Amino acid sequence: MTLLISVLEQGLIYAIMALGIYITYKILDFPDLTVDGSFPMGAAITALMISRDMNPLLTLPVSFLLGVVSGICTGVIHVKLKVRDLLSGIIMMTALYTVNLRIAGRANLPIYNKTTIFDNEVVNALVPEPLRQYETVWIILIITLIAKYILDWYLRTKSGYILRAVGDNDAIVTAMAVDKGMIKIIGLAIANGLVSLSGCIFAQQQRYFDASMGTGTMVIGLASVIIGTSLFKKITLLRVTSSVVIGSVIYKACVAIAIKFGFQSTDLKLITAVLFLIILVLGRERKRKVKADA
Amino acid sequence: MLRLENVSKYYNVGTVNEMCLFRNFNLTIHDGEFISVVGSNGSGKTSMLNIICGSIDVDSGKLWLNDQDITNMKEYKRLEKIGRVFQNPAMGTCPGMTILENLSIADNKGKHYGLRRGIQKKRIDYYREQLSLLNLGLEDKLHVKVGSLSGGQRQALALLMSTMTPIDFLILDEHTAALDPKTAEVNMELTNKLVKEKKLTTIMVTHNLRYAVEYGDRLLMMHEGKAILDKNGDEKERTRVEDVLDIFNAISVESGN
Repeated sequence: MTLLISVLEQGLIYAIMALGIYITYKILDFPDLTVDGSFPMGAAITALMISRDMNPLLTLPVSFLLGVVSGICTGVIHVKLKVRDLLSGIIMMTALYTVNLRIAGRANLPIYNKTTIFDNEVVNALVPEPLRQYETVWIILIITLIAKYILDWYLRTKSGYILRAVGDNDAIVTAMAVDKGMIKIIGLAIANGLVSLSGCIFAQQQRYFDASMGTGTMVIGLASVIIGTSLFKKITLLRVTSSVVIGSVIYKACVAIAIKFGFQSTDLKLITAVLFLIILVLGRERKRKVKADA
Repeated sequence: MLRLENVSKYYNVGTVNEMCLFRNFNLTIHDGEFISVVGSNGSGKTSMLNIICGSIDVDSGKLWLNDQDITNMKEYKRLEKIGRVFQNPAMGTCPGMTILENLSIADNKGKHYGLRRGIQKKRIDYYREQLSLLNLGLEDKLHVKVGSLSGGQRQALALLMSTMTPIDFLILDEHTAALDPKTAEVNMELTNKLVKEKKLTTIMVTHNLRYAVEYGDRLLMMHEGKAILDKNGDEKERTRVEDVLDIFNAISVESGN
């Protein structure tokens, strides 16, 4: 039971990050490595604010905005300075490593016994003692769903349509008298905002910031997106964003099972890489079959 | 009115492959004209369209749109008043989005793409009506992804999308070349109808000499970056496919093709 809850908690936290990756990878067709830096950035600023006893609710918008700024930077590097997409992300990821250390002040910042969004007077007063162990997962679920619904709404606005058009066929965006570079920057900004928000919640759930916690963020997010979108392709009732959220939980479950079977937590990155490879290859097989049918 | 004034364009400057495409090229396009442009590969037809749309910069010379200098205007800004249909049907539509979503995007051209609802419900009937004019049955497929349509259907949709909002120019870049003869015919008829109805100033590049002669009221033949033939009105009316073909053959022999 505790294992299930921990899978749900982590899966749902990472789901917010996966929604961001969904924007860059699936909608914009932009492999954005900035996320390996913007995820820990959300955690760094959150750890700093919490350690200074600031209102934990404030950490959410602040992390989101910092993520937005880092996304804009990547976008400007790619669009205005004309650096290739992958390289723009790598540049920002590298730069953010230092920025994160500067924000937190050191490589590891624990925030035990501090007020967080999961552990504060309001929540403690509302939730009775026996239900405490489920309180975190509920709060995470609510935040994740809010993020998902806002993204759903955005993707159905005019601005969301033109964002989808940029990844689909950017010639159309130019034809509509819209600067496609600007739209890419907006997409990267929203995506990294979500990733940073995810890092913020992660830091409060784990109660620490660590400079190296961002390594592999992109791979985890991609795996979640690919699992979600390819598993639930046939179910049209389910929105893609919902598939991504479920994909993220499934991914965490796979990792948990692997650890259950005797792997160490130090093996985590290797498990991540191998899982990702399997998913990538399986996803490609599916695509080929569809083409052969047509 | 659109005016190309002493436009020059070089490719691969400074290398052994340096090539001059246009040298002091001049062209005036009057409002309401429907110009057909023919010419062999590499004669500068598509480059001319790209220069007009701003997809490529000129090395010298000026572009005037109604006495406004648009030489340095960005491509996306210029396209606010220009509709363009490409040879490749995939270029003019978003394959991963539905017909309805595509039309909604096109309907908003020139306006702000903000946080209002993507689809304006009250416009759906208008979209249906426009689609039914195409006679392709697309009005019943509003929620079908454009990627699953045939090339001809997509090209017709692209044509509709590029002429949906008021534009000064319609640019057709071999827009029937990738279609089978029957579909090409249907699309060409449709183009002509749209151009006449909306009184659009149109530049159509084509390899189909019959279309070039049959449609439009001005015929231009390009060769090595020059307009070697420019026929208007009655003169154009009297021109037959054979005449154009003769000139074509003559210049081909001359340039060793």
